[in-house]
Amino acid sequence: MDLFEYQARDIFEKHGVPVLGGVVATTPEEAREGAEKLGGGTVVVKAQVKTGGRGKAGGVKLAHSPEETAQKAEEILGMDIKGHTVHRVMIAQGAKIAEEYYFSVLLDRSNRNYLAMCSVEGGMEIEQLAVERPEALAKVAVDPIVGIDAAKAAEIVETAGFAEELKAPVAAVIQKLWTVFKAEDATLVEVNPLVRTEDGEIVALDGKVTLDENAAFRHPDHEALEDKAAADPLEAKAKENDLNYVKLDGAVGIIGNGAGLVMSTLDVVAYAGEKHGGVKPANFLDIGGGANAQVMAAGLDVILNDEQVKAVFVNVFGGITACDEVAKGIVGALDLLGDAATKPLVVRLDGNNVDLGRQILQERNHPLVTLADTMDGGADKAAELANA
Amino acid sequence: MSIYLNKDSKIIVQGITGGMGAKHTALMLDSGATIVGGVNARKAGTTVTHKDHAGNGVELPVFGTVKEAMAETGADVSVVFVPPAFTKDAAIEAIDAGIALLVVITEGVPVQDTAEVWAYLEGKETRMIGPNCPGIITPGESLAGITPHTITGKGPIGLVSKSGTLTYQMMYELRDLGFSTAIGIGGDPIVGTTHIDALQAFQDDPETQAIVMIGEIGGDAEERAAAYIKEHITKPVVGYVAGFTAPEGKTMGHAGAIVSGSAGTAQAKKEALEAVGVKVGKTPSETASLMREILTSL
Repeated sequence: MDLFEYQARDIFEKHGVPVLGGVVATTPEEAREGAEKLGGGTVVVKAQVKTGGRGKAGGVKLAHSPEETAQKAEEILGMDIKGHTVHRVMIAQGAKIAEEYYFSVLLDRSNRNYLAMCSVEGGMEIEQLAVERPEALAKVAVDPIVGIDAAKAAEIVETAGFAEELKAPVAAVIQKLWTVFKAEDATLVEVNPLVRTEDGEIVALDGKVTLDENAAFRHPDHEALEDKAAADPLEAKAKENDLNYVKLDGAVGIIGNGAGLVMSTLDVVAYAGEKHGGVKPANFLDIGGGANAQVMAAGLDVILNDEQVKAVFVNVFGGITACDEVAKGIVGALDLLGDAATKPLVVRLDGNNVDLGRQILQERNHPLVTLADTMDGGADKAAELANA
Repeated sequence: MSIYLNKDSKIIVQGITGGMGAKHTALMLDSGATIVGGVNARKAGTTVTHKDHAGNGVELPVFGTVKEAMAETGADVSVVFVPPAFTKDAAIEAIDAGIALLVVITEGVPVQDTAEVWAYLEGKETRMIGPNCPGIITPGESLAGITPHTITGKGPIGLVSKSGTLTYQMMYELRDLGFSTAIGIGGDPIVGTTHIDALQAFQDDPETQAIVMIGEIGGDAEERAAAYIKEHITKPVVGYVAGFTAPEGKTMGHAGAIVSGSAGTAQAKKEALEAVGVKVGKTPSETASLMREILTSL
């Protein structure tokens, strides 16, 4: 889960990372109050969107009074930045910046450890810096058990080439940022820019934090950070039922078991769609391993409520999942819907209890359900029905 | 022959008394695997009863620790079914006891926990498979995990995959030919055994004549495997990559299955594999056809 800048700022503050005052606002009036709370002086009004390039898009503006803050907030709120609508702004205390640096620590999948990156040339797009002047970006591997201790922090600032007098204060902030990474179960903590103010303070001016959702069980407070308003209503409904669902923009609803098989089903349906008017998969929905009839019915309910869906393809290979449970779920959901069910379903079952599963569907003989023998055949049929 | 797991493997189950552990202990026994006991500190000294492949009752001892279980039974494989919150400790306990093969089935393990376990493994004897994986099956010999043993039997194909159900699908497509070993390495960002590890083991296994490698979006494991194949693998490899239709920035079920920017796309992985001579199927069935052609021409 990616956090908004203001949420990252709050988490930084909680772990003792030096930050400037910041207040989140959803209306110009709240922005005015925020500016007053910060002393009424110069502030920066920053669009809160989970994408880069907001400065260039006009989503970051300077304001010199609470009045002007409200005005700038009004301009920014509702803006569209790379497809993200701005619902919140952060009113951040203005800072007199002497220098800008860069720091991040992230999960390094390839090396199966963590990577700290640091540069005395912050502020710019770090991808650009990494390509144009790779020697200016220090990359230091971090052992997951040892973490960034004093010695590792010293190594990072040394490699990055900080001036002698800055090494100790920057290393101290880096160790605090490591605390954020570790204590919050993050997979990314990035500060760009990390600045030295004219007063000589080292301050995290902007932060990006990604949290590991698998670790939610030891962070009950993380749930409050979710941006529930931004979630698609169908995605929200699926989440309530613990279903793994991603809404896409097509006409063939997909349900399957296991992430890999469902991804593969999406692809196979897209290929089949090329022969049927270019229809595309409408979603990713993984009912998971060992799903029972209720889970299957809940999944079907989500998909049938997607107005874009014209036909549904259920593709299950029963490993842990029993095909008769899947069949019962389909029959149960259709019976529950009654006349409200109008979309055709193509069902392909194989594996655990397949004969029983097929038998249940054949006996029920529902007019909307077609049984398919293979994954390719089912995808083709579903694409054809969605294009009818 | 096979890789990592064979008829002599003696398996214990960490979490043998839990729901998942009990269910899959029964299924592993039914496959003919040699399960010799389990671990649950709170139920040490008790036993659990299941049926073996022949339908005879088997009473399995529950031990307090992995170390004790190994000493008493000679176990060399442990399959972990404990909940995510306890997985790191369970893995470290097994590593400390010196288990040869550690198969972590548990889904939803925090990635920092896995990173710590991986760092802890350095210099140790244990091979870890997973987490968040279906485990490993050597058809007709042994099963350490949750792969259905009824799909197919022994044969000349080695299979390595990030995904469980795609493993099953591919085994089903090629069920007339059979497999030497099929290993599901898991879909998490960090896993103990990689495509490269499995490719190397299949290359060295005389029984494996050809290899199917199944990948999916996210990370660069497939690209790295491609580079490895070019240098080290002389057996034919057929590839499949899932997730061509996955949009950027959306996690497709597996924690590791996410396209970020230009990195991790299915297209890039397919191209990397094709560039080193691996034939890549567009669909599971086409991939199976490619494998069939190769085996017929050998």
